[in-house]
Amino acid sequence: MIAHSIFFYTFSIIAIVSAIMVTASKNTVNSVFFLILDFISISCLFIMIGAEFLGMIMLIVYVGAVAVLFLFVVMMLNVAQQKNQWFSSEDNSKHIPVGLIIGTLIFVELTIVIGGWKYKPDLFDINNSIETIKVSNTHSLGQVLYTDYIHVFQISGMILLVAMIGAIVLTFRKREGVKIQSYIKQISRERSDGVSVIEVESNKGVKIDD
Amino acid sequence: MEYLSIFFDQVYKIIFLLVPVLVSVAMVVWLDRRVWAFVQKRQGPNVVGPFGLLQTIADALKYAFKEIIIPSSSNKVIFILAPIVTMTLALIAWAVIPFSATQVLADINVGILYLFAVSSLGVYGIIMGGWASNSKYPFLGAIRSAAQMVSYEVSIGVIIINVLLCVGSLNLNDIVIAQQDLWFVIPLFPMFVIFFISALAETNRPPFDLPEAEAELVAGYQTEYSGMMYAMFWLGEYANILLMCAIGSVLFLGGWLSPLEIYPFTLVPGPVWLILKILLLFLLFALVKAIVPRYRYDQLMRLGWKVFLPISLIWVVLTASFLFYFNLLPVN
Repeated sequence: MIAHSIFFYTFSIIAIVSAIMVTASKNTVNSVFFLILDFISISCLFIMIGAEFLGMIMLIVYVGAVAVLFLFVVMMLNVAQQKNQWFSSEDNSKHIPVGLIIGTLIFVELTIVIGGWKYKPDLFDINNSIETIKVSNTHSLGQVLYTDYIHVFQISGMILLVAMIGAIVLTFRKREGVKIQSYIKQISRERSDGVSVIEVESNKGVKIDD
Repeated sequence: MEYLSIFFDQVYKIIFLLVPVLVSVAMVVWLDRRVWAFVQKRQGPNVVGPFGLLQTIADALKYAFKEIIIPSSSNKVIFILAPIVTMTLALIAWAVIPFSATQVLADINVGILYLFAVSSLGVYGIIMGGWASNSKYPFLGAIRSAAQMVSYEVSIGVIIINVLLCVGSLNLNDIVIAQQDLWFVIPLFPMFVIFFISALAETNRPPFDLPEAEAELVAGYQTEYSGMMYAMFWLGEYANILLMCAIGSVLFLGGWLSPLEIYPFTLVPGPVWLILKILLLFLLFALVKAIVPRYRYDQLMRLGWKVFLPISLIWVVLTASFLFYFNLLPVN
């Protein structure tokens, strides 16, 4: 078990230090990279407690997709300009009380949620019985998600879909005067549309009518 | 002591996996250039060693002795980290590839998710390199590449779901064993084609090599890199290509299974079959590079989002309904 706890403490120290560095580092791009490091070490912790499916999904969704978008947005910002605006010495202290209030709020909320946590009645029986011990993480997760919690699962999926469509509708603009290549026109263009072979009589030349 | 012996056992296994992978990456670079040359009626690299086989090693030696230039306006830490990230991610994914029923470094339950996660992390090496160079062409190349890789990953994910529906497990060895009677390339042939094309886009290979389109962007995200750091990007890219071929052969071509379960075929061990399948897919990669012209960027995005994603989603529904209707769903 020594190796186990060594790994656990290594990953948790990395997670905590990088979480602090996300807020502490002055360069926004570095913050995002620390955030990615944080995500990766958290997913390692998930894998260590045996939740390998959750850990991998964490890697795929957060690191592979969400953090890439963060990085995109942050790289587009002008970092040098921001340094002067946001991180100048006096303004810094103004944000501390607000941050403290929000931090305490989230802490209290988390305590309430964890204090009032209820497990599914036969959850521990399933895990401890000998026959189903071979059932993999993914399998058991699917069995719970698609039976007892099917409605919640479907509703959350619908909410995400609506949010996605909403974001597309809000940002979609039809711009006037933009030249767009129509691929159907390009593909369906035949030789006869562009080239015609004409018998040229001498001393008369060709008249191209258009 | 016990931990130490486990540790050395693992290190020994890892070295025996990584050294062949690195050597085969070098060989595969040679094969790629050779095929490319033959299509164009040239000889290709044929001077160093027998048939020019040692060409890549000579190239790597040359890169190793070149000076590494770090631009003064770059973000130095991230600039140096970028090729290391690319190379590392290309190599760690090999841990879960099964070479036979027992010869696999990490036989984990979520093998295919691990592969998917590692390949989705691959975009970071490119973004980091492009951004840290602090120059226009690398940045444009990195943005192109990130958009392209994120788009095509979506369709690869949906294709993987197709295969998983037929298998009922995320373990790569289970996926291979499920193909004992019928390789998935036959019932899921359209998915195999889309997977192959998406793999081309995912690894930034021609005809989707827009991140490094030399006519527009010099060399894309690699523009500022030199010496061994450039070589690491380059080897990482080829290791990624080999990895994609390996994933393709595990998902669709039956991994280490022999094509027919009859006498002369069964004598050949599993790893040989897997390597042959990887080489076959790589040959296709090399041929495509030689014979297909480069895509325009908007066409590339349209192909990913408006053609591949809908087709593979519809195919998921079809596969699921077919399996459900004929009661073929894998239940374990």
